[in-house]
Amino acid sequence: MEQFLLASGTIVAGVFGCVAWFWGSNMALDAVYPARGPRAGRNMRHASAIRPWLFLGPAILLLSAYLVYPVINSAWRSFNDADGARFVGLKNYQWLLADGKFHESLSNNMLWLVTVPALSTLFGLVAAQLTDRIRWGNFAKSMIFMPMAISFVGAGVIWKFIYDFRGEGLEQIGILNAIVVYFGGMPQTWLVTPFWNSFLLMAVLVWIQTGFAMVILSAALRGIPEESIEAAILDGANPWQVFMRIKVPQIWGTIAVVWTTITIVVLKIFDIVFVMTNGEWGTQVLANLMYNWMFRGAPDYGRGSAIAIVIMLLVTPIMIWNIRNARREMR
Amino acid sequence: MEGHAGTRSSLVWAANIATALMVLLWTIPTFGLLLTSLRDRDQIAASGWWKAPFASEQNSFVRAGTAVDQVAEGAIWVIVGNVLDEGEKLLAWGTNSRVPGAYAPDATVTLANDQVLTVAADGAYRLTSPSQFTETRGMRIFVTTLSPPRFTFENYTRVIGAEGLGQAFLNTFTVTIPATIIPILIAAFAAYALAWMEFPGRALLIAAIVGLLVVPLQLALIPLLKLHNDIGLGKGYMGIWLAHTGFGLPLAIYLLRNYMVGLPREIIESARVDGASDFQIFRRIILPLSFPALASFAIFQFLWVWNDLLVATVFLGNTREQLVMTGVLRELMGSRGGDWEILAASAFVSIAIPLVVFFAMQKYLVRGLLAGSVKGG
Repeated sequence: MEQFLLASGTIVAGVFGCVAWFWGSNMALDAVYPARGPRAGRNMRHASAIRPWLFLGPAILLLSAYLVYPVINSAWRSFNDADGARFVGLKNYQWLLADGKFHESLSNNMLWLVTVPALSTLFGLVAAQLTDRIRWGNFAKSMIFMPMAISFVGAGVIWKFIYDFRGEGLEQIGILNAIVVYFGGMPQTWLVTPFWNSFLLMAVLVWIQTGFAMVILSAALRGIPEESIEAAILDGANPWQVFMRIKVPQIWGTIAVVWTTITIVVLKIFDIVFVMTNGEWGTQVLANLMYNWMFRGAPDYGRGSAIAIVIMLLVTPIMIWNIRNARREMR
Repeated sequence: MEGHAGTRSSLVWAANIATALMVLLWTIPTFGLLLTSLRDRDQIAASGWWKAPFASEQNSFVRAGTAVDQVAEGAIWVIVGNVLDEGEKLLAWGTNSRVPGAYAPDATVTLANDQVLTVAADGAYRLTSPSQFTETRGMRIFVTTLSPPRFTFENYTRVIGAEGLGQAFLNTFTVTIPATIIPILIAAFAAYALAWMEFPGRALLIAAIVGLLVVPLQLALIPLLKLHNDIGLGKGYMGIWLAHTGFGLPLAIYLLRNYMVGLPREIIESARVDGASDFQIFRRIILPLSFPALASFAIFQFLWVWNDLLVATVFLGNTREQLVMTGVLRELMGSRGGDWEILAASAFVSIAIPLVVFFAMQKYLVRGLLAGSVKGG
């Protein structure tokens, strides 16, 4: 009960606080620079130079404190020792380069990076094309899109159940092993068998992200001008050619956006690995490795931050690409 | 595409079948766990969820009555009882754990000390002995039974109460609602300034927002935890609300600005001409017109905060009273790894609300996605 009062209190205080700030500061500005009297013109100029910053103030403050400052602070911490007390230069990065777990995480991240965006986009494209053709397409879309609402942890439980293993001869209750046994195979301990187990974790993310890819690509497919498709059909193109030669080339831009968006999700992937294998059995990824160094056992903020900076560096090219795209669109 | 010259009916059929396959593949994982969460504990262990609608074969044992249950029948002593629960069917039985299904129903078996045991097909057993029974623990009768499908909400009542998910549910709510509402307001004002006010540095700010969209949360954890400790916030709701607000702002501003820029210029210009101030324009015109974009972001932020594990793990305490649902779920995966009735029910309690929100507001979610971006985990 107490926490509900706290939560409701916060909502009320937060909303009123915001409104009070925006309203009050605007009033104050109008009082200081009234838009009438002998100096109305100059006052209005002053007021309109200041007003945007009143509107932006809280946002800039929060963004600086919660996103910009941490990036700078993390960069600084990555050059310091475990508790941030002593400057150690590049030592943390040298350690990273030599660390086996880091190599494993990096190569796993690369594996994820190749597999997940490719498969999600491919399945999304197929689903978009298929569902646009049939009558119950919207229902089908809903169903494929649904995993998007499920948390990574929830998805972890759902898929761990699929990969469940029981000893040989026992009734398998995980559907994957049940299928294997049905076809006369031996039940496998999927999640603890290195190399392929990483792909089983990736399947979870592909399952979640396909819906996202489908929604975006389906809108793009619908945006293709009918004439170009009709012209191709009149020229005798079969449906496959229409899809591959006419439709896909026209939505390359959208495919790139979908691909990079999923890439960013992949680079930050944490929860799925954290709850399903915790990075054991060769499935470690950067974000989970970082978590281990920051919060497990004896924390080493220097090393943890160095790993975080590596993730940041991996994201940076996409960030720049996004900014350039956004600027081009604005013009 | 229907009606096009190139669309043949066989192709439509193929599309139907392929779509059905995909839908099946994408829903089966969730459906399997949902069904499992409604099954009886013993049945989950005995058979896969796909066999849930059918009777399942189970092996168990029952203890026969003890010396106090015996009655004298002429010269012999007798213990009677039943090995079956209601609705179960006896397939086989035995008296030895190594061959639990040694005898058929209705068989009569002579045991040590001239004791005789009969287990009938209806489960009734009769254990007789020429001498008086002295056992204080009944002998074990192993039974192989066919149990009818049993569905129950028991798992749910159990996880919500005993496993602490009820408290976690409240915690998740407490975290989510303010963390969804507060950023909307702050972002709406900022987005208006970026969309409709002229000032130096505007393009740069927009570029910065686009850049901040993809900053990995991981970077923020330690610096912010330290910051919160330094300013006396420590671990608690206030800290996590602020954190989620900060992390959600780039997407909120970006989505809202994109939407507001698209609003018709004439409305805003004519309001300006009529002497309306920016504040009035924002409140009376922009805010009501931006409802779809506000709704889109609200859903994103709601799903994101509700489903988040990392931020909650770091910015909230980790005691049972403080955990959010994703935290409890994670803990259960560690401590109750094989108890699928607990895990399945817990998972569904935690994903129920997001699913409801998803299906109710899908339109806005799609619209938000199409507005050009999404924030990842």
